[in-house]
Amino acid sequence: MSAVIESHDDHHHGPAKGLTRWLFTTNHKDIGTLYLWFSFTMFLIGGAMALVIRAELFQPGMQIVEPEFYNQMLTLHGLIMVFGAVMPAFVGLANWLVPMMVGAPDMALPRMNNLSFWILPFAFLMMLSSLFMEGGAPNFGWTFYAPLSTTYAPPSVTFFIFSVHILGASSIMGAINVIVTIMNMRAPGMTLMKMPLFVWSWLITAYLLIAVMPVLAGAVTMMLMDIHFGTSFFNAAGGGDPVLFQHIFWFFGHPEVYIMILPAFGIVSHIISTFSRKELFGYSSMVWAMVSIAILSFVVWAHHMFTVGMPLAAELFFMWATMLIAVPTGVKVFNWVATMFRGSITYETPMLFAIAFVVLFTIGGFSGLMLAITPADFQYHDTYFVVAHFHYVLVPGAIFSIMAAVYYWLPKWCGNMYDERLGRLHFWLSFIGVNVTFFPQHFIGLAGMPRRIPDYALQFADWNMVSTVGAFLFGASQILFLFIVVRTVMGGKKATPEVWEGAQGLEWTVDSPPPYHTFSTPPEVK
Amino acid sequence: MNEGGKKTIKMLSLAVLGMFFFSFALVPLYDVFCEVTGLNGKIDLSPSRIVESDISEGRDITVQFVSHNNEQMPWDFGPSDEVINITTGKYYTATYYVKNTTSKAMVAQAIPSVAPSNAAAHLKKLECFCFEQQILKPGEEALLPVRLIFDNELPDNINNIVLSYTIFDVTEDNLDELASYMHEHGEDHHSMGS
Repeated sequence: MSAVIESHDDHHHGPAKGLTRWLFTTNHKDIGTLYLWFSFTMFLIGGAMALVIRAELFQPGMQIVEPEFYNQMLTLHGLIMVFGAVMPAFVGLANWLVPMMVGAPDMALPRMNNLSFWILPFAFLMMLSSLFMEGGAPNFGWTFYAPLSTTYAPPSVTFFIFSVHILGASSIMGAINVIVTIMNMRAPGMTLMKMPLFVWSWLITAYLLIAVMPVLAGAVTMMLMDIHFGTSFFNAAGGGDPVLFQHIFWFFGHPEVYIMILPAFGIVSHIISTFSRKELFGYSSMVWAMVSIAILSFVVWAHHMFTVGMPLAAELFFMWATMLIAVPTGVKVFNWVATMFRGSITYETPMLFAIAFVVLFTIGGFSGLMLAITPADFQYHDTYFVVAHFHYVLVPGAIFSIMAAVYYWLPKWCGNMYDERLGRLHFWLSFIGVNVTFFPQHFIGLAGMPRRIPDYALQFADWNMVSTVGAFLFGASQILFLFIVVRTVMGGKKATPEVWEGAQGLEWTVDSPPPYHTFSTPPEVK
Repeated sequence: MNEGGKKTIKMLSLAVLGMFFFSFALVPLYDVFCEVTGLNGKIDLSPSRIVESDISEGRDITVQFVSHNNEQMPWDFGPSDEVINITTGKYYTATYYVKNTTSKAMVAQAIPSVAPSNAAAHLKKLECFCFEQQILKPGEEALLPVRLIFDNELPDNINNIVLSYTIFDVTEDNLDELASYMHEHGEDHHSMGS
C-alpha cells in the first residue's frame, strides 16, 4: 500500500514522477497500490452508508431518513461493498503478490492491468452520481431483482446498468491477467502443486470470475433491453418471467460469493502457517478443497430462492448440494486448526485477524448450513438472520482476511513495520465491534425481523440498539486502521527482507520495500 | 508474450464470450426445462392440436378458475364460473368476463398459470383469449372463451386444478396496434360477445 517507493540510483527504470506515474503505470506494484487505496475509499463510503442504515434502525419508527433514501443506502451499501471494496481489494492483493510469489517480473498484461484499474473509478462515480439524479439512486437491493429493477426502477437504473458493465469488464480483464500470469510466468521449477496457496486461491477465483461475470453482464443487458427496447425477458405481461431473473442472477451470484472468500482462504493459510512456525497442514487437500468448493458453487444457486415456488425435487437437490459444500470447507477449517496444533504460535496482528477469521467465518458457515435446510429457510428467508449470516462470512470473513493481509504484507510493501500495539488495538476494536453489530442480528432474525425494511416492530428495539452501537464502534475503528497504514507508509522501524521469522515464499526473498522491478531474472525454485 | 500466453488469452476470451451468450441461452433453456419437467405451471401460449382421446377412460376432476389484476389494471375481470367439474379427455369451454371500466381504449394481455404445476403439461388449449391481446374501447365488455382439455395421462393424485389468469395493462407497449385497431373499428360501436 506504499505510496513511497524509493527509486534507486543504480536503477534506470524507477517510477515516473508525479501524477502521471499513477495514471500511466503498468507496474504491478503501483497498480496493486491503486487498487488497495481505491478499495479502502469505497470501504469507507460503503461503511458510511451502512452507518446511515444502522442509525435509522437505532430506534423503531422513522427518525433520520426517508424510506426511499433508506432503500438507496441499502442498495448502494451492498453494491459498493461487494464490487467496490472486497473485490478490488483482492485484485489489489493479487497484483502486489501474485507476480512476486511466482517469481515473475510483472503481470502478463501490464497495459490491460492499467485499464482494468482505471475504468473502476468511473464505474463507481457513475453509480454514485445517481444519488443526485431525479428519482434517486438504485433502490432495489444489491440483488436488483426484476421487476423492481425494471418496471419499478428509478430512471437512474440505466446508469447502474452501465456501471455494472464497466466493473464487470474490469473484473474480467483482471481475471484474464491473473490466469495468464500464473499459467505462463511461474519461475522455473514452480510446478502447480508447489504454488503458494494464495496463488492457487486466485487462480481458482479468476476462473470463477471468467465464468460468471459475463453472466452478470448478460443479466443487466437483458434488463437494459426490457427497460428501453421493449423486450420481455422478465416481464410477465410479454410472456417473460421474473423468476428467470432470480435464476440468472444467482447463477452468477453464488460463484460470486465464493469469489469474495476464496482469496481469503489463501491469505489465512499463509498467515496461520507463518505464525504457527509450522508448514501448512494438508497443502494438497487445501487445493482440492478450493477446487471442489468452486465447482460446487455452480450447482447451489437456487438455495437463495427456495421460497419462489420450486418443485420438491429441486428443493431437495439444492439443499443437499449446498450442504455438500460444508465438507471441503470443513477440510479447510480442520487444516488450519491442525496447522496451529502444537505450533509455536505468536499473536501478532495478522495472526489475530487470521484466527478470528477461522472462528467467525465458521460461525457464518454454520448459519449458512441452517439456511440451507429448505423447510427452515422458509422461516428464515429475508429476515435479519440472513443478514447476520452473510455479514459473518463477509466482514469477519473476507474483510478480516484483507486486513490480515495488509498487516502481514504491508512491511514488505513499504519497508516499515506497523505499530504492533496500535495494530492489536485495531484488531480488538474491530473484533468486538463486528460481533456486537452482527451477533444480535441472529436473534432478531430468528424472532422474525424482516430485512431491508427501515422500520420494525417494538420487540426488536433492544437488539437493534446494541447492533447500531457495535456498528459505530466498528466504523470508528477503521479510521484507526487508516491512521496505522498511513503512519506505516510514512515511516517507522525498518523491516527486514524476511519481515516475519520463518515466513515462506519468494516475496520474502526480495528487499523490503522491494525494488520497483523484481525478478527480472527468474529465481530457481527447488 | 510467449506462444503459451497468447493461447491462454485466446481461450479465456472465448470463454468470456461463450459465458455471455450462455446467459442469454439460459432464457430458452429455462423455458424448455420448465416445459419438459412441467415445472413452474407455465403454459404454452399457442393453440395445441386437437387431442383425440377415449372419453370412457376419463375421470372426474375439478377445475377452479381464478383471476388477478396486475398492479393498477382497472378492468373488471373474472371467470363466469368459478368451479367446473369436468372429465379428462373431453373438451370444455369456459369463459371470462372482462370490462374496460376506464374512459380510454386499452390493450390487455392475460397470462395463464396452472397449479399444481405438474398438471400444466396435461392441459391443452384449442383456443384461449390468452393467445392474443385484448383491445377494448371505453366501457366495452366482452366474454372471453378458453377451450380446454386435460388429457387422460393427468397424474392420478391430481383431482383439483387451479387455472389462474393475470391480466396486464400493455397499452403503453402497443400504441401502434391500438391506433390501427381504433382506425379500423372507429365507427363500429358494437360490443363484442355480449
